[in-house]
Amino acid sequence: MRIVVDFDLCESNAVCMNVAPDIFEVRDDDFLYILNETPDESDRTRVQQCVRRCPKQAISIAED
Amino acid sequence: MTGSSGLQLGSVVIVGASLAGLNAAEALRRAGFDGTVTLIGAEKHLPYDRPPLSKQVLAGDWTPDRVELTDHDELADLEVEARLGAAAQSLDLGARELTLVDGATVGFDGLIIATGARCRTLAAAEGLAGVHVLRSLDDCLVLRADFDASPQRVVVVGAGFIGAEVAATARRRGLQVTLVEALANPLSRVLGDEMGRVCAELHRDHGVDLRTGVGVADLVGEGRVRQVALTDGKTIEADVVVVGIGVTPSTEWLAGAGLDLADGVLCDESCAAAESVTAAGDVARWPNRLFGETMRVEHWDNAAQQGAHAARRLLDPGVGPFAPVPWFWSDQYDRKIQLAGRVRPDDEVRVVSGSLQERRFTAIYGRQGRITGVLGFNRPRQVMRYRTMIEQQAAFDEALAVAAEL
Repeated sequence: MRIVVDFDLCESNAVCMNVAPDIFEVRDDDFLYILNETPDESDRTRVQQCVRRCPKQAISIAED
Repeated sequence: MTGSSGLQLGSVVIVGASLAGLNAAEALRRAGFDGTVTLIGAEKHLPYDRPPLSKQVLAGDWTPDRVELTDHDELADLEVEARLGAAAQSLDLGARELTLVDGATVGFDGLIIATGARCRTLAAAEGLAGVHVLRSLDDCLVLRADFDASPQRVVVVGAGFIGAEVAATARRRGLQVTLVEALANPLSRVLGDEMGRVCAELHRDHGVDLRTGVGVADLVGEGRVRQVALTDGKTIEADVVVVGIGVTPSTEWLAGAGLDLADGVLCDESCAAAESVTAAGDVARWPNRLFGETMRVEHWDNAAQQGAHAARRLLDPGVGPFAPVPWFWSDQYDRKIQLAGRVRPDDEVRVVSGSLQERRFTAIYGRQGRITGVLGFNRPRQVMRYRTMIEQQAAFDEALAVAAEL
């Protein structure tokens, strides 16, 4: 599982950071940083929640 | 699908094909529901996202297809039958059947009500071209066409979030904008006077002619609007008027169905409105136990989350209360304004980082020793941090102490 963020869509609402702060971080420069692009399979539910709750639908999961 | 209580539903009908309804449909399938799911929408469009309508789409940056939330293939994969352009007209709970405006009847075992809300407007707008509201994609495209015609003067009535975003987008398009607000400051009834003044300055610094503490007495014109008459006796020339004075929950079709419809569909803590009937989104009013308050929330995030909750609750009466921290964002000019929690204008307000002058700050709200809300101007990271503290019902002092570490 690899996290893909479309940074043209991302508006730094930080919803993902709220769900998974160990994976996503919006820093004080207002940009989103992915702390862990390839999280463990055990994190899948949380990452899926980030995908669903992103107000801009900017997050997706790639299987490769 | 068998819920934990053993409830058996063969068919679920979702009325309302926007964010809450779509999230409900997806949540039904995620929960393993294998009966029929029918999504009924008044608009002819597939479910689409509304926030860009006052921003990217109205600005002309996005083509309308970019707001689509799903497509026919995805709905087919979900085995969801979409009946679009088919508003519900009435509900017979005893017969477990609803009637659409075209006369067709649709039976159901379970029902999710997600019909949203519609814009209030001014009585004087009746029959006048050039007067708009903005909620649907069609509203947006008609307004955008009027903006494309380079009007001399745009008047926005109501400086709430929609009005403020429309004013900001119109300014970005180089249009002259007058923003008329009945309150002393924009949003002061929500955010309090101090933060309302920050919003007022934001508009004025971007060249908006902001008139506060004044209402609209009349709209003047023959066939097309020409002037807005204010309650202070002044008049403003107007080629285009956008009315953003709030919404009314869409419950007319539920009249006589036996539900409590005073300001939305009254639900219990778990979003259930009646036996095997749940409600979600702008149309739902429910007691949120986190705040000890019965509320109706008109935000994007609530529609998405409550839609999913209402679906799970329909399948399983054991699903507990829906008790989120309401949260929304509004993009105006180069600012991202976010508010989380449930604040009142008389709450204590403390700026915990940044500065009001730079309009880059975090302010927290407190009442009776507890943090009740957080407002951020270009501070998404901190808003989310405090949102968690609100969820945890943290003490106001504790929230102030955390500010030092952020």
